[in-house]
Amino acid sequence: MGVNLSVDLGKGLKLQNPVMTASGTFGYGYEYDDFIDVDSLGGIIVKGTTLKPREGNAYPRLAETPRGIINAVGLQNKGVDYFCDNINPKLKKYTKTQVLVNVSGSCVEDYVATAERINELDNIPAIELNISCPNVKEGGMGFGTSCESAANVVSAVRKVYKKHLMVKLTPNVTSIADIAKAVEGAGADSVSLINTLLGMAIDAERRRPVISTVTGGLSGPAVKPVALRMVWQVSKAVNIPVVGLGGICSATDAVEFLLAGASAIQIGTANFIDPTISVQVVNGIQEYLVRHKIDSVKELTGGLLL
Amino acid sequence: MLKRFTTDFTVKQIEAIEPDYILLTLKHPDNLPEINAGQFVEVKIPDTAGTFLRRPISVHYVDREANTITLLIRTVGNGTRMLGLLKQNDTLNLVYPLGNGFDCSKAGNRPLLIGGGVGVAPLLYLGHILKENGSDVNYLLGARSADGLLRMDAYKSIGNVAVTTEDGTAGTKGFVTDHEFLKSGVNQFTSMLVCGPTPMMKAISKVAKASGIPCYVSLENKMACGIGVCLCCVTDTKKGHKCVCSEGPVFDINDLKWE
Repeated sequence: MGVNLSVDLGKGLKLQNPVMTASGTFGYGYEYDDFIDVDSLGGIIVKGTTLKPREGNAYPRLAETPRGIINAVGLQNKGVDYFCDNINPKLKKYTKTQVLVNVSGSCVEDYVATAERINELDNIPAIELNISCPNVKEGGMGFGTSCESAANVVSAVRKVYKKHLMVKLTPNVTSIADIAKAVEGAGADSVSLINTLLGMAIDAERRRPVISTVTGGLSGPAVKPVALRMVWQVSKAVNIPVVGLGGICSATDAVEFLLAGASAIQIGTANFIDPTISVQVVNGIQEYLVRHKIDSVKELTGGLLL
Repeated sequence: MLKRFTTDFTVKQIEAIEPDYILLTLKHPDNLPEINAGQFVEVKIPDTAGTFLRRPISVHYVDREANTITLLIRTVGNGTRMLGLLKQNDTLNLVYPLGNGFDCSKAGNRPLLIGGGVGVAPLLYLGHILKENGSDVNYLLGARSADGLLRMDAYKSIGNVAVTTEDGTAGTKGFVTDHEFLKSGVNQFTSMLVCGPTPMMKAISKVAKASGIPCYVSLENKMACGIGVCLCCVTDTKKGHKCVCSEGPVFDINDLKWE
């Protein structure tokens, strides 16, 4: 079938198909090598990386909620030096899928220093700047909840990071479209949304919170309608590509995000339920295009009929 | 690490044993891959309002000739109760085999396998492998009362079985740590391989440290992915947070921060 699945997000980030895997749900990609051909995906976004190693939050970090989960991992990672020296060499075997690094920090200087290190890596064409993690005490989401602080960190990173700069937005704001416009103005090449919704789970019998941090990030199909609405609003507000995520579990879900205005999508929590879901979504989007006699997946972006 | 798969199994047999427990025998469509004792499977559960994630279940027994995996499941939660509704010839998807399992080369020639509650489940296949390797397998199995002692005949076919019950309806009255094996008799064993409630495992850990006998425990933290990517099931070790699913579930007690 001659359908074209490739998408170009600009500034050197070309994907062979619009399906990426969301940071924190796909490890470093190679954890999935037993189950799928990781190199057949559009892109993988590896675990949130910070300047210094982080131990993350105390156990328990997980609550199962209706059609979703709440997590409070807290950016556990071994730091950017370890990533560059020990993990990235193992990612060079992926030649067709694009590998992005999710970059997080607790102050602007940390974001900048981490992005500078990643900028040196030839096999990494883009970073996803995480200004939206709800599970760390300092920074993270704090940067993504006001237009001014979001623009500040993006413009600081923009000065040192020369490749594609994707910015991941939090839904825990009054107007996500305003934040998106602010980061576009500060030099972002694309935006991805949504990160997790701040949520809470309680064990009534024990009268205690389920997770150690009391509140955490809600993801999974439960958040999909909110994510779709936000992708729709943001894609109307900005001129840079939008990458949609939030509860995608099937090719149909993915197509909905594309129709709402996304140029590409990410699969997150669903990777935990079915380690082969990302490849199934690639195949399902292809089938959709054939069935609807559409030549290129690009034609779906913003193709909602009103 | 053994290669992992996601495979649709067929329910060959489902048997209710005692209230709240099922014995589920699953047939592989072809030939079972290699599985280590102490490894677990992530079972797909129907997506309902109360169930979303897979459920991690330890491997109770592997029959390589029949190409079956048997799971011993306590059906007390929303997810495991749905497994109790399965019927013969139903399909069940597994992601497996997961985790490190027990390192049988460290068990020695006279290991003591200690289980509490449904924690006895992985010890059947473990005992089977150790016996094949020539070890003299001894079990110490604990439960609240006699009807919570599961599949005794299966364990007895592998080794010597001692039991404790909290109400004294079978074996020694009390916890497993009240049994003579973990008191004066502990030095006759070359290792302790343990799975059960955390307080039980911590108490055994103290006995092991005092006597200097190698001790390995299988942890059961709440987990999502089962393959070391979500980082939800961590336990705090002397080398930082480690995933119970991918770096465990079996840990050397000396690596844990248990005192």
